[in-house]
Amino acid sequence: MTKQIPLVDYLVLGDSPHLVAHECTSCGARYFDRRNACAACFATDFKDVDVPTEGELRAYTIVSFAAPGVPVPFVAGLVDCGGTSVRANVINVEPDPGHVKLGMKVRLATNLAGTDDEGTEAIGFGFEPY
Amino acid sequence: MAENVWILGIKMTKFGKHPDLDTVDLAAQAVHGALDDAGVSMGQMGILAAGNLMGGGLGIGQAIQKQVGQTGIPVYNVSNACATGATALRTAVMAVKAGEADYGLAVGVEKLAGAGLLAGGARKSDENVYTPSGRYGAVAPIDGRIGTETMPGVFAQIGMEYLHEHQYGAEPFELFARISEKNHSHSTLNPLAAYTKKMSLEEIMGDVMIAYPNTRPMCSANCDGAAAAVVVNDATLKKLSKEQQRRALKIAASVLTTDPWEEACQVLPNVNTLTRNAARQAYEEAGVGPKDLDLVELHDCFATAELVHYDNLGLCEPGGATELFESGATWRDGTTPVNVSGGLESKGHPIAATGIANIWEVCHHLRGEAGDRQIEGAKVGLAHVIGLGSACGVHILEKAA
Repeated sequence: MTKQIPLVDYLVLGDSPHLVAHECTSCGARYFDRRNACAACFATDFKDVDVPTEGELRAYTIVSFAAPGVPVPFVAGLVDCGGTSVRANVINVEPDPGHVKLGMKVRLATNLAGTDDEGTEAIGFGFEPY
Repeated sequence: MAENVWILGIKMTKFGKHPDLDTVDLAAQAVHGALDDAGVSMGQMGILAAGNLMGGGLGIGQAIQKQVGQTGIPVYNVSNACATGATALRTAVMAVKAGEADYGLAVGVEKLAGAGLLAGGARKSDENVYTPSGRYGAVAPIDGRIGTETMPGVFAQIGMEYLHEHQYGAEPFELFARISEKNHSHSTLNPLAAYTKKMSLEEIMGDVMIAYPNTRPMCSANCDGAAAAVVVNDATLKKLSKEQQRRALKIAASVLTTDPWEEACQVLPNVNTLTRNAARQAYEEAGVGPKDLDLVELHDCFATAELVHYDNLGLCEPGGATELFESGATWRDGTTPVNVSGGLESKGHPIAATGIANIWEVCHHLRGEAGDRQIEGAKVGLAHVIGLGSACGVHILEKAA
């Protein structure tokens, strides 16, 4: 079985891949990065929560110009997953305005982000229309 | 004006090698320590001055806020080489002395030991092995794989989000392209603009696509430039010549804000709330409203950004930005001329210069010296800039009575 590692630590792989957020136990604000404190209420206690895998596309752009090595065009967007906003690419869809629509329903999907010299696969995620 | 300013709380961290702590970790330790020592909370701070020389990135102050508290207060990122820390403190002291804040927070931070970058595990130089690093535990660069951090893409999403929120039914691309058409048309009258060529809607929409719906002419123009201003107080102005007094413009409002925490703000920058806050404070300080403005120079870093700022600056009813634009109101012959200079898209955006350059434009009209592009009878103008991270500056200028 090929070794797999998530592209970012807030992606949990396995049978049901999903995202995990750090939720402030005082006010409920959610974050994806390692925290020093809550930006909303300044508290310092967090618990990990699962983020719904389905959501609605609230904003998007189709990037045609990117840094060298980044395949273009790609669709970058903001997905509202049951009240938690997630930054992600919209994948498994033609990257043009005819196929991507504001408000469209999307769900989490994983993809291969790369392979390292030891053969470990980096697994990334995006959201695909359904 | 405050009589004395005091150090209420102060903290330094243990200096040394901290390979597992990044710059913001160290700053957060110092900030939390100082607040605890003072017996006050981040929520009470009225201003943040922050310095960091080697870290790169867009703003250490904002990076710190995201980890200790985003309360929307003005942030000054300062730099004076080895005197940076004292400069940060001086900035906080000036703000408190001027009565702009009761409590100020100053912080200086540096990672200079060895490589200074947070990285887990040892990596052999001739091997590429995935090793999680950084606050997201990323094993490879994420830009392009998990959304985009490039400016055209970020601001494209900001504009598209507005349309989604207000259920805009028509084609987004053409709407934003017509905003760009306006600014390129305005710039033909501005000899100081980087680009003074009129561009048709077809030319704009047909140009190179950068990040849909922003094509190249819909993006701020990268160019070289500078702007400078001299300010003076009332008492000194009264002693100067009649000519100097006649041409002096009153700074009726000078406001700086940052983005207060809201859901999604650390995922897609929110340039709306901090602008609304800055505008509201500015209108209150100046004692004027949006209807009193004779011209507005706002931050059209991308055509998609201009639209949302019509709403954020109160130039239209909430949700009414597209109607405002469609009515022609923001063209130079409309009721609220916006970016008659050509804006960042056509006049250009030499980043640090823009915030004073757009004030220059407003002043130029208020003095009646704008020649061919003069907005007749201009008495009051507003200049607005946004720095991503974020910060928003709003100034309202008035012609001398």
